[in-house]
Amino acid sequence: MFRNTYDSDNTVFSPQGRLHQVEYALEAVKQGSAAVGLRSKTHAILLALKRSTGELASYQQKMFRIDDHVGIAIAGLTSDARVLSNFMRQQALSERMVFNRPMPVNRIVSAIADKAQVNTQEYGRRPYGVGFLVIGHDQTGPHLFEFSPSGNSYEYFAMSIGARSQSAKTYLEKHFESFADCTLEELIKHGLHALRETLQQDKELNINNTSIGIIGPTGQHEKPTSPPGKFHIVEGETVRLYLESMDAKAPADGTVPVPPAAPAEDVQMSG
Amino acid sequence: MDHFPANWGRPRNDAIDLYATHLLHPRPNNRAKDAFADSVQRTQQPIVTGTSVLAIKFKDGIMMAADNLASYGSLARFKDVQRLQAFGDYTVIGASGDMSDFQFIQRLLDDIAVAEIAAQDGHDLGPVEIHEYMSQVMYGRRSKLDPLWNSLIIGGFKDGKRFLSYVDLLGTTYTASTIATGYGGYIAQPLLRKAVEGYEDVLTAEQARKILEDSMRVLFYRDARSLNKYQLATITAAGVQISDSLHLETSWDFAEGIRGYGAQTQ
Repeated sequence: MFRNTYDSDNTVFSPQGRLHQVEYALEAVKQGSAAVGLRSKTHAILLALKRSTGELASYQQKMFRIDDHVGIAIAGLTSDARVLSNFMRQQALSERMVFNRPMPVNRIVSAIADKAQVNTQEYGRRPYGVGFLVIGHDQTGPHLFEFSPSGNSYEYFAMSIGARSQSAKTYLEKHFESFADCTLEELIKHGLHALRETLQQDKELNINNTSIGIIGPTGQHEKPTSPPGKFHIVEGETVRLYLESMDAKAPADGTVPVPPAAPAEDVQMSG
Repeated sequence: MDHFPANWGRPRNDAIDLYATHLLHPRPNNRAKDAFADSVQRTQQPIVTGTSVLAIKFKDGIMMAADNLASYGSLARFKDVQRLQAFGDYTVIGASGDMSDFQFIQRLLDDIAVAEIAAQDGHDLGPVEIHEYMSQVMYGRRSKLDPLWNSLIIGGFKDGKRFLSYVDLLGTTYTASTIATGYGGYIAQPLLRKAVEGYEDVLTAEQARKILEDSMRVLFYRDARSLNKYQLATITAAGVQISDSLHLETSWDFAEGIRGYGAQTQ
Protein backbone atom coordinates (compact mmCIF):
# COMPACT_ATOMS: atom_id res chain seq x y z
CA MET A 1 0.00 0.00 0.00
CA PHE A 2 2.50 2.59 1.15
CA ARG A 3 5.93 2.91 -0.31
CA ASN A 4 7.16 4.01 3.07
CA THR A 5 5.96 3.90 6.68
CA TYR A 6 6.35 7.66 7.04
CA ASP A 7 4.56 8.89 3.97
CA SER A 8 0.90 8.87 4.92
CA ASP A 9 0.90 12.34 6.42
CA ASN A 10 3.00 15.24 5.30
CA THR A 11 3.55 16.59 8.80
CA VAL A 12 5.57 13.54 9.82
CA PHE A 13 9.32 13.41 9.35
CA SER A 14 10.94 10.13 8.41
CA PRO A 15 13.87 9.07 10.64
CA GLN A 16 16.14 10.29 7.81
CA GLY A 17 14.66 13.77 8.23
CA ARG A 18 12.61 13.71 5.06
CA LEU A 19 9.02 14.63 4.31
CA HIS A 20 8.00 11.92 1.89
CA GLN A 21 4.69 13.51 0.85
CA VAL A 22 6.56 16.62 -0.19
CA GLU A 23 8.98 14.57 -2.23
CA TYR A 24 6.10 12.79 -3.94
CA ALA A 25 4.66 16.19 -4.81
CA LEU A 26 7.95 17.04 -6.50
CA GLU A 27 7.48 13.82 -8.51
CA ALA A 28 4.12 15.13 -9.73
CA VAL A 29 5.98 18.07 -11.25
CA LYS A 30 8.26 15.66 -13.10
CA GLN A 31 5.20 13.93 -14.63
CA GLY A 32 4.11 17.12 -16.40
CA SER A 33 5.55 17.95 -19.80
CA ALA A 34 8.64 20.10 -19.81
CA ALA A 35 8.92 23.86 -19.58
CA VAL A 36 12.07 25.87 -20.15
CA GLY A 37 12.88 29.43 -19.08
CA LEU A 38 15.77 31.70 -20.09
CA ARG A 39 16.80 35.23 -19.35
CA SER A 40 18.93 37.81 -21.15
CA LYS A 41 19.73 41.38 -20.16
CA THR A 42 16.57 42.56 -21.91
CA HIS A 43 14.22 39.59 -22.13
CA ALA A 44 12.86 36.71 -20.12
CA ILE A 45 11.22 33.91 -22.08
CA LEU A 46 9.39 30.66 -21.44
CA LEU A 47 9.04 27.69 -23.75
CA ALA A 48 6.77 24.77 -23.06
CA LEU A 49 5.83 21.49 -24.62
CA LYS A 50 2.07 21.01 -24.81
CA ARG A 51 0.52 17.55 -24.64
CA SER A 52 -2.76 16.30 -25.96
CA THR A 53 -4.49 13.25 -24.56
CA GLY A 54 -5.21 11.87 -28.00
CA GLU A 55 -6.01 12.53 -31.63
CA LEU A 56 -9.43 13.95 -30.76
CA ALA A 57 -8.23 16.19 -27.94
CA SER A 58 -6.80 19.68 -28.04
CA TYR A 59 -3.44 20.52 -26.54
CA GLN A 60 -3.35 21.43 -22.82
CA GLN A 61 -2.55 25.04 -22.07
CA LYS A 62 0.86 25.33 -20.38
CA MET A 63 1.31 29.07 -20.05
CA PHE A 64 -0.73 31.67 -18.22
CA ARG A 65 -0.63 35.44 -18.12
CA ILE A 66 -0.66 36.77 -14.56
CA ASP A 67 -0.32 40.46 -15.33
CA ASP A 68 1.19 42.60 -18.08
CA HIS A 69 4.60 42.09 -16.49
CA VAL A 70 4.39 38.49 -15.22
CA GLY A 71 3.71 35.14 -16.88
CA ILE A 72 4.09 31.51 -15.86
CA ALA A 73 4.66 28.10 -17.41
CA ILE A 74 3.48 25.09 -15.46
CA ALA A 75 4.42 21.45 -15.06
CA GLY A 76 2.24 19.11 -13.02
CA LEU A 77 -1.41 19.26 -12.02
CA THR A 78 -3.16 21.89 -14.13
CA SER A 79 -5.97 22.26 -11.61
CA ASP A 80 -3.55 23.17 -8.82
CA ALA A 81 -1.87 25.60 -11.17
CA ARG A 82 -5.15 27.36 -11.83
CA VAL A 83 -5.71 27.90 -8.12
CA LEU A 84 -2.23 29.32 -7.66
CA SER A 85 -2.28 31.46 -10.79
CA ASN A 86 -5.64 32.88 -9.72
CA PHE A 87 -4.05 33.86 -6.41
CA MET A 88 -1.09 35.45 -8.20
CA ARG A 89 -3.46 37.45 -10.38
CA GLN A 90 -5.27 38.72 -7.31
CA GLN A 91 -2.00 39.77 -5.71
CA ALA A 92 -0.77 41.53 -8.83
CA LEU A 93 -4.08 43.31 -9.26
CA SER A 94 -4.17 44.45 -5.65
CA GLU A 95 -0.63 45.84 -5.92
CA ARG A 96 -1.71 47.82 -8.99
CA MET A 97 -4.77 49.14 -7.22
CA VAL A 98 -3.13 50.01 -3.89
CA PHE A 99 0.28 51.22 -5.01
CA ASN A 100 -0.15 51.83 -8.73
CA ARG A 101 2.87 49.76 -9.59
CA PRO A 102 3.58 46.35 -11.11
CA MET A 103 4.16 43.89 -8.29
CA PRO A 104 7.87 43.08 -7.85
CA VAL A 105 8.38 39.62 -9.37
CA ASN A 106 10.28 38.19 -6.41
CA ARG A 107 7.43 39.13 -4.11
CA ILE A 108 4.73 37.48 -6.19
CA VAL A 109 6.83 34.29 -6.25
CA SER A 110 7.49 34.47 -2.51
CA ALA A 111 3.75 34.83 -1.93
CA ILE A 112 2.93 31.50 -3.59
CA ALA A 113 6.00 29.86 -2.05
CA ASP A 114 4.73 30.85 1.40
CA LYS A 115 1.32 29.45 0.50
CA ALA A 116 2.91 26.16 -0.59
CA GLN A 117 5.04 25.96 2.54
CA VAL A 118 1.93 25.92 4.76
CA ASN A 119 0.82 22.78 2.96
CA THR A 120 4.07 21.02 3.90
CA GLN A 121 3.54 21.66 7.60
CA GLU A 122 -0.13 21.71 8.56
CA TYR A 123 -2.19 18.70 9.44
CA GLY A 124 -4.74 17.47 6.96
CA ARG A 125 -3.38 19.21 3.88
CA ARG A 126 -1.54 18.11 0.78
CA PRO A 127 1.22 19.94 -1.04
CA TYR A 128 0.46 21.46 -4.44
CA GLY A 129 1.29 19.06 -7.25
CA VAL A 130 2.59 21.67 -9.64
CA GLY A 131 5.81 23.57 -10.33
CA PHE A 132 6.09 26.94 -12.06
CA LEU A 133 8.60 28.82 -14.06
CA VAL A 134 7.78 32.48 -13.55
CA ILE A 135 9.10 35.22 -15.79
CA GLY A 136 8.59 38.88 -15.14
CA HIS A 137 9.90 42.35 -15.61
CA ASP A 138 10.03 45.02 -12.88
CA GLN A 139 12.11 48.00 -11.76
CA THR A 140 15.14 45.74 -11.43
CA GLY A 141 14.90 44.28 -14.95
CA PRO A 142 13.85 40.88 -16.33
CA HIS A 143 13.67 37.90 -13.99
CA LEU A 144 13.21 34.15 -14.08
CA PHE A 145 12.09 32.22 -11.00
CA GLU A 146 11.31 28.62 -10.27
CA PHE A 147 8.56 27.75 -7.81
CA SER A 148 8.22 24.22 -6.46
CA PRO A 149 5.61 22.57 -4.21
CA SER A 150 8.15 22.21 -1.41
CA GLY A 151 7.75 25.95 -0.81
CA ASN A 152 11.12 26.83 -2.32
CA SER A 153 11.62 29.55 -4.88
CA TYR A 154 14.88 30.40 -6.58
CA GLU A 155 15.97 32.86 -9.23
CA TYR A 156 17.80 31.53 -12.29
CA PHE A 157 19.60 32.57 -15.45
CA ALA A 158 17.98 29.58 -17.13
CA MET A 159 15.94 26.67 -15.82
CA SER A 160 13.79 23.76 -16.88
CA ILE A 161 11.12 21.74 -15.09
CA GLY A 162 8.94 18.77 -15.95
CA ALA A 163 9.44 15.43 -17.69
CA ARG A 164 13.02 14.78 -18.85
CA SER A 165 13.92 18.34 -17.93
CA GLN A 166 17.39 17.15 -16.97
CA SER A 167 18.30 16.91 -20.66
CA ALA A 168 17.22 20.52 -21.19
CA LYS A 169 19.13 21.55 -18.06
CA THR A 170 22.28 19.97 -19.46
CA TYR A 171 21.89 22.02 -22.63
CA LEU A 172 21.24 25.21 -20.64
CA GLU A 173 24.22 24.62 -18.34
CA LYS A 174 26.42 24.30 -21.40
CA HIS A 175 25.26 27.57 -22.97
CA PHE A 176 23.86 29.86 -20.24
CA GLU A 177 26.88 32.17 -20.12
CA SER A 178 26.07 33.42 -23.62
CA PHE A 179 22.41 34.16 -22.84
CA ALA A 180 22.94 37.57 -21.22
CA ASP A 181 23.78 39.31 -24.51
CA CYS A 182 21.44 37.30 -26.77
CA THR A 183 18.81 38.94 -28.95
CA LEU A 184 15.25 37.71 -28.51
CA GLU A 185 15.55 35.51 -31.61
CA GLU A 186 18.78 33.91 -30.40
CA LEU A 187 17.30 33.39 -26.95
CA ILE A 188 14.24 31.64 -28.37
CA LYS A 189 16.49 29.48 -30.55
CA HIS A 190 18.46 28.38 -27.48
CA GLY A 191 15.18 27.75 -25.67
CA LEU A 192 13.84 25.59 -28.51
CA HIS A 193 17.09 23.63 -28.62
CA ALA A 194 16.80 23.01 -24.88
CA LEU A 195 13.12 22.07 -25.14
CA ARG A 196 13.90 19.67 -27.99
CA GLU A 197 16.17 17.74 -25.65
CA THR A 198 13.18 16.78 -23.50
CA LEU A 199 11.30 15.08 -26.35
CA GLN A 200 10.72 11.40 -26.61
CA GLN A 201 12.56 9.51 -29.32
CA ASP A 202 9.92 9.66 -32.06
CA LYS A 203 8.55 13.14 -31.31
CA GLU A 204 9.52 16.55 -32.53
CA LEU A 205 8.55 20.16 -31.90
CA ASN A 206 5.78 21.50 -34.13
CA ILE A 207 3.47 24.50 -34.23
CA ASN A 208 0.81 22.65 -32.25
CA ASN A 209 2.85 21.44 -29.30
CA THR A 210 5.11 24.44 -28.73
CA SER A 211 4.28 27.52 -26.68
CA ILE A 212 6.57 30.52 -26.32
CA GLY A 213 6.03 33.17 -23.64
CA ILE A 214 7.91 36.46 -23.99
CA ILE A 215 8.56 39.46 -21.78
CA GLY A 216 10.65 42.27 -23.19
CA PRO A 217 10.86 44.45 -26.32
CA THR A 218 9.15 42.81 -29.30
CA GLY A 219 11.35 40.95 -31.75
CA GLN A 220 11.52 41.26 -35.52
CA HIS A 221 8.81 38.64 -36.13
CA GLU A 222 6.26 40.23 -33.79
CA LYS A 223 3.73 43.04 -33.77
CA PRO A 224 4.31 45.77 -31.18
CA THR A 225 2.44 45.20 -27.90
CA SER A 226 0.63 47.69 -25.74
CA PRO A 227 2.01 48.46 -23.21
CA PRO A 228 5.39 47.79 -24.86
CA GLY A 229 7.20 44.66 -23.70
CA LYS A 230 4.27 43.05 -21.90
CA PHE A 231 3.96 39.30 -21.40
CA HIS A 232 2.52 37.59 -24.43
CA ILE A 233 2.23 34.02 -25.59
CA VAL A 234 3.27 32.99 -29.09
CA GLU A 235 1.48 29.90 -30.35
CA GLY A 236 0.34 28.27 -33.55
CA GLU A 237 1.40 29.48 -36.98
CA THR A 238 3.62 32.26 -35.56
CA VAL A 239 5.84 29.67 -33.91
CA ARG A 240 6.80 28.25 -37.30
CA LEU A 241 9.30 31.04 -38.00
CA TYR A 242 11.11 30.26 -34.78
CA LEU A 243 10.97 26.49 -35.33
CA GLU A 244 12.50 26.95 -38.76
CA SER A 245 15.37 28.92 -37.23
CA MET A 246 16.50 25.86 -35.27
CA ASP A 247 19.68 24.03 -36.16
CA ALA A 248 19.28 20.41 -37.15
CA LYS A 249 19.82 18.08 -34.26
CA ALA A 250 23.37 16.74 -34.32
CA PRO A 251 23.46 12.94 -34.50
CA ALA A 252 25.23 11.54 -31.44
CA ASP A 253 28.45 10.81 -33.40
CA GLY A 254 27.08 7.91 -35.40
CA THR A 255 25.83 5.91 -32.44
CA VAL A 256 22.12 5.46 -31.92
CA PRO A 257 21.12 7.49 -28.86
CA VAL A 258 19.70 5.45 -26.00
CA PRO A 259 16.19 6.60 -25.11
CA PRO A 260 16.03 7.81 -21.53
CA ALA A 261 14.15 5.42 -19.25
CA ALA A 262 10.91 7.22 -18.54
CA PRO A 263 8.46 6.12 -15.86
CA ALA A 264 5.61 4.08 -17.27
CA GLU A 265 2.80 6.49 -16.25
CA ASP A 266 4.64 9.40 -17.82
CA VAL A 267 2.87 9.24 -21.13
CA GLN A 268 -0.62 9.13 -19.70
CA MET A 269 -0.42 12.15 -17.41
CA SER A 270 -1.76 15.35 -18.84
CA GLY A 271 -0.60 18.86 -18.14
CA MET B 1 -12.52 23.14 0.04
CA ASP B 2 -14.11 24.87 2.97
CA HIS B 3 -15.72 22.26 5.18
CA PHE B 4 -17.69 24.72 7.27
CA PRO B 5 -21.19 25.01 5.81
CA ALA B 6 -21.67 28.34 7.59
CA ASN B 7 -19.02 29.82 5.32
CA TRP B 8 -20.51 28.57 2.06
CA GLY B 9 -21.65 31.31 -0.22
CA ARG B 10 -19.64 33.91 1.69
CA PRO B 11 -16.76 35.69 -0.05
CA ARG B 12 -13.32 34.31 0.68
CA ASN B 13 -10.83 36.94 1.63
CA ASP B 14 -7.19 36.11 0.97
CA ALA B 15 -6.11 39.54 2.12
CA ILE B 16 -7.21 38.94 5.70
CA ASP B 17 -6.00 35.39 6.25
CA LEU B 18 -3.60 34.72 3.41
CA TYR B 19 -2.52 31.28 4.49
CA ALA B 20 -5.70 30.18 6.27
CA THR B 21 -3.90 29.98 9.58
CA HIS B 22 -7.15 29.97 11.53
CA LEU B 23 -8.54 26.47 11.60
CA LEU B 24 -11.85 27.76 12.91
CA HIS B 25 -13.13 30.44 10.60
CA PRO B 26 -14.85 33.43 12.14
CA ARG B 27 -18.57 33.26 11.59
CA PRO B 28 -21.56 35.12 12.97
CA ASN B 29 -21.50 33.48 16.40
CA ASN B 30 -17.84 33.42 17.37
CA ARG B 31 -16.73 36.84 16.25
CA ALA B 32 -15.45 39.15 18.96
CA LYS B 33 -18.24 41.27 20.33
CA ASP B 34 -17.90 45.02 20.13
CA ALA B 35 -19.46 46.57 23.21
CA PHE B 36 -20.36 49.69 21.23
CA ALA B 37 -21.53 47.89 18.11
CA ASP B 38 -25.08 49.11 18.49
CA SER B 39 -24.17 52.75 18.82
CA VAL B 40 -21.22 54.08 16.90
CA GLN B 41 -20.49 57.69 16.10
CA ARG B 42 -18.19 58.58 13.23
CA THR B 43 -15.89 61.56 13.18
CA GLN B 44 -18.04 64.59 12.42
CA GLN B 45 -15.50 67.33 12.91
CA PRO B 46 -11.75 67.63 13.42
CA ILE B 47 -10.62 68.41 16.98
CA VAL B 48 -6.94 69.32 17.16
CA THR B 49 -6.13 70.85 13.79
CA GLY B 50 -3.21 72.01 11.75
CA THR B 51 -3.66 74.82 9.23
CA SER B 52 -2.23 75.36 5.73
CA VAL B 53 0.52 73.37 4.02
CA LEU B 54 2.20 74.93 0.99
CA ALA B 55 4.19 73.13 -1.69
CA ILE B 56 5.79 74.16 -4.97
CA LYS B 57 7.91 72.68 -7.71
CA PHE B 58 11.29 74.20 -8.39
CA LYS B 59 14.27 73.47 -10.64
CA ASP B 60 15.75 70.64 -8.56
CA GLY B 61 12.64 69.15 -7.00
CA ILE B 62 9.90 69.99 -4.54
CA MET B 63 9.80 72.40 -1.62
CA MET B 64 7.14 72.36 1.07
CA ALA B 65 6.29 74.49 4.10
CA ALA B 66 4.01 74.11 7.13
CA ASP B 67 3.93 75.84 10.49
CA ASN B 68 4.37 74.10 13.85
CA LEU B 69 0.96 74.85 15.31
CA ALA B 70 -1.80 72.43 16.27
CA SER B 71 -4.88 74.40 17.33
CA TYR B 72 -7.65 73.24 19.64
CA GLY B 73 -10.49 75.21 18.18
CA SER B 74 -9.22 78.78 18.18
CA LEU B 75 -6.78 78.05 21.01
CA ALA B 76 -3.14 77.79 19.93
CA ARG B 77 -2.74 74.53 21.86
CA PHE B 78 0.49 72.87 20.63
CA LYS B 79 3.28 74.99 19.20
CA ASP B 80 5.88 72.33 18.44
CA VAL B 81 4.04 69.94 16.13
CA GLN B 82 5.85 68.73 13.04
CA ARG B 83 3.39 68.58 10.14
CA LEU B 84 5.89 67.62 7.44
CA GLN B 85 6.93 63.99 7.63
CA ALA B 86 9.38 62.06 5.46
CA PHE B 87 8.55 58.52 4.30
CA GLY B 88 11.28 56.46 2.75
CA ASP B 89 14.10 58.23 0.95
CA TYR B 90 12.02 60.05 -1.65
CA THR B 91 8.80 61.37 -0.17
CA VAL B 92 7.46 63.97 2.24
CA ILE B 93 3.85 64.19 3.38
CA GLY B 94 2.46 67.44 4.71
CA ALA B 95 -0.83 67.38 6.58
CA SER B 96 -3.43 69.90 7.54
CA GLY B 97 -6.63 69.02 9.35
CA ASP B 98 -7.03 66.66 12.27
CA MET B 99 -3.65 65.92 13.84
CA SER B 100 -4.68 62.64 15.49
CA ASP B 101 -5.86 61.35 12.11
CA PHE B 102 -2.50 62.41 10.69
CA GLN B 103 -0.75 60.43 13.41
CA PHE B 104 -2.86 57.43 12.40
CA ILE B 105 -1.77 57.92 8.79
CA GLN B 106 1.85 58.10 9.92
CA ARG B 107 1.42 54.74 11.64
CA LEU B 108 -0.09 53.21 8.49
CA LEU B 109 2.80 54.44 6.40
CA ASP B 110 5.39 53.37 8.97
CA ASP B 111 4.02 49.83 8.81
CA ILE B 112 4.43 49.84 5.04
CA ALA B 113 7.89 51.34 5.27
CA VAL B 114 8.98 48.63 7.72
CA ALA B 115 7.63 45.87 5.48
CA GLU B 116 9.37 47.44 2.51
CA ILE B 117 12.71 47.62 4.32
CA ALA B 118 12.30 44.06 5.59
CA ALA B 119 11.85 42.76 2.05
CA GLN B 120 15.40 43.89 1.16
CA ASP B 121 14.89 43.23 -2.52
CA GLY B 122 15.86 46.49 -4.16
CA HIS B 123 12.26 47.66 -4.57
CA ASP B 124 11.17 50.77 -2.72
CA LEU B 125 8.13 52.98 -2.63
CA GLY B 126 8.38 56.38 -4.27
CA PRO B 127 6.03 59.35 -4.07
CA VAL B 128 3.82 57.98 -6.86
CA GLU B 129 3.17 54.76 -4.95
CA ILE B 130 2.59 56.55 -1.65
CA HIS B 131 0.18 58.94 -3.36
CA GLU B 132 -1.82 56.05 -4.81
CA TYR B 133 -1.89 54.31 -1.44
CA MET B 134 -3.03 57.44 0.40
CA SER B 135 -5.73 58.16 -2.15
CA GLN B 136 -7.10 54.64 -1.70
CA VAL B 137 -6.98 54.92 2.09
CA MET B 138 -8.69 58.33 2.14
CA TYR B 139 -11.36 57.34 -0.38
CA GLY B 140 -11.94 54.04 1.41
CA ARG B 141 -12.49 55.79 4.72
CA ARG B 142 -14.83 58.38 3.31
CA SER B 143 -16.83 55.57 1.68
CA LYS B 144 -17.27 54.09 5.16
CA LEU B 145 -18.60 57.49 6.19
CA ASP B 146 -15.66 57.64 8.60
CA PRO B 147 -13.17 59.93 6.90
CA LEU B 148 -9.64 60.74 7.99
CA TRP B 149 -10.09 64.48 8.38
CA ASN B 150 -7.02 65.71 6.54
CA SER B 151 -5.83 67.45 3.43
CA LEU B 152 -2.51 65.91 2.49
CA ILE B 153 0.21 67.12 0.18
CA ILE B 154 2.59 64.48 -1.12
CA GLY B 155 5.85 65.73 -2.55
CA GLY B 156 8.72 63.65 -3.79
CA PHE B 157 11.61 63.12 -6.14
CA LYS B 158 12.52 59.71 -7.54
CA ASP B 159 14.29 58.45 -10.67
CA GLY B 160 14.91 62.01 -11.82
CA LYS B 161 11.21 62.97 -11.64
CA ARG B 162 9.47 65.52 -9.42
CA PHE B 163 6.09 64.59 -8.03
CA LEU B 164 3.61 66.83 -6.23
CA SER B 165 0.04 65.84 -5.41
CA TYR B 166 -2.94 66.49 -3.20
CA VAL B 167 -5.30 64.07 -1.44
CA ASP B 168 -8.11 65.06 0.90
CA LEU B 169 -10.71 63.55 3.21
CA LEU B 170 -13.10 62.97 0.31
CA GLY B 171 -10.50 61.06 -1.66
CA THR B 172 -10.17 63.90 -4.15
CA THR B 173 -6.75 63.95 -5.81
CA TYR B 174 -4.90 66.20 -8.20
CA THR B 175 -1.39 67.20 -9.15
CA ALA B 176 -0.16 70.71 -9.88
CA SER B 177 3.03 72.81 -9.77
CA THR B 178 1.75 74.66 -6.70
CA ILE B 179 -0.53 73.24 -4.05
CA ALA B 180 -1.86 74.84 -0.87
CA THR B 181 -4.26 73.35 1.68
CA GLY B 182 -6.64 74.99 4.11
CA TYR B 183 -6.65 78.78 4.41
CA GLY B 184 -3.56 78.83 2.21
CA GLY B 185 -5.79 77.68 -0.65
CA TYR B 186 -7.40 81.13 -0.59
CA ILE B 187 -4.53 83.33 0.53
CA ALA B 188 -1.28 81.71 -0.63
CA GLN B 189 -2.31 79.80 -3.73
CA PRO B 190 -2.68 82.90 -5.98
CA LEU B 191 0.70 84.17 -4.81
CA LEU B 192 2.34 80.82 -5.43
CA ARG B 193 0.80 80.45 -8.88
CA LYS B 194 1.99 83.88 -9.89
CA ALA B 195 5.52 83.17 -8.69
CA VAL B 196 5.90 79.56 -9.83
CA GLU B 197 3.75 78.68 -12.85
CA GLY B 198 5.88 78.76 -15.97
CA TYR B 199 9.07 78.99 -13.91
CA GLU B 200 9.11 75.44 -12.47
CA ASP B 201 12.33 74.59 -14.30
CA VAL B 202 14.01 77.92 -13.60
CA LEU B 203 13.48 78.63 -9.91
CA THR B 204 16.49 77.92 -7.73
CA ALA B 205 16.21 76.47 -4.24
CA GLU B 206 16.93 79.92 -2.79
CA GLN B 207 14.17 81.55 -4.86
CA ALA B 208 11.73 78.76 -3.93
CA ARG B 209 12.56 79.23 -0.27
CA LYS B 210 11.92 82.95 -0.59
CA ILE B 211 8.53 82.40 -2.28
CA LEU B 212 7.41 80.02 0.45
CA GLU B 213 8.69 82.26 3.24
CA ASP B 214 6.82 85.27 1.85
CA SER B 215 3.64 83.21 1.49
CA MET B 216 3.97 81.87 5.03
CA ARG B 217 4.37 85.45 6.23
CA VAL B 218 1.21 86.58 4.46
CA LEU B 219 -0.59 83.60 5.96
CA PHE B 220 0.65 84.49 9.44
CA TYR B 221 -0.71 88.01 8.98
CA ARG B 222 -4.08 86.82 7.69
CA ASP B 223 -4.75 83.35 9.15
CA ALA B 224 -5.79 83.45 12.80
CA ARG B 225 -4.89 79.75 13.24
CA SER B 226 -1.29 80.11 12.09
CA LEU B 227 2.07 80.54 13.79
CA ASN B 228 5.27 82.39 12.98
CA LYS B 229 7.24 79.20 13.53
CA TYR B 230 7.44 76.88 10.52
CA GLN B 231 9.49 74.22 8.78
CA LEU B 232 10.66 73.77 5.20
CA ALA B 233 11.07 70.43 3.46
CA THR B 234 13.26 70.14 0.37
CA ILE B 235 13.12 66.98 -1.75
CA THR B 236 15.72 66.71 -4.50
CA ALA B 237 17.88 64.07 -6.15
CA ALA B 238 20.05 64.29 -3.03
CA GLY B 239 17.15 63.08 -0.88
CA VAL B 240 14.84 64.55 1.71
CA GLN B 241 15.83 67.40 3.95
CA ILE B 242 13.47 68.86 6.56
CA SER B 243 14.71 72.01 8.24
CA ASP B 244 14.64 72.87 11.92
CA SER B 245 11.92 75.27 12.97
CA LEU B 246 12.34 78.69 11.36
CA HIS B 247 11.11 82.00 12.69
CA LEU B 248 9.09 84.43 10.53
CA GLU B 249 10.08 88.08 10.78
CA THR B 250 6.95 90.23 10.85
CA SER B 251 6.27 93.86 11.49
CA TRP B 252 3.07 95.06 13.12
CA ASP B 253 3.77 98.82 13.01
CA PHE B 254 0.95 99.40 10.55
CA ALA B 255 -1.52 98.05 13.08
CA GLU B 256 -1.25 101.19 15.16
CA GLY B 257 -3.30 103.01 12.51
CA ILE B 258 -6.09 100.44 12.47
CA ARG B 259 -9.26 101.19 14.37
CA GLY B 260 -10.09 98.37 16.74
CA TYR B 261 -6.46 97.37 17.33
CA GLY B 262 -4.83 98.30 20.66
CA ALA B 263 -5.75 101.32 22.71
CA GLN B 264 -7.99 103.66 20.77
CA THR B 265 -8.23 107.33 21.60
CA GLN B 266 -11.60 107.90 19.97
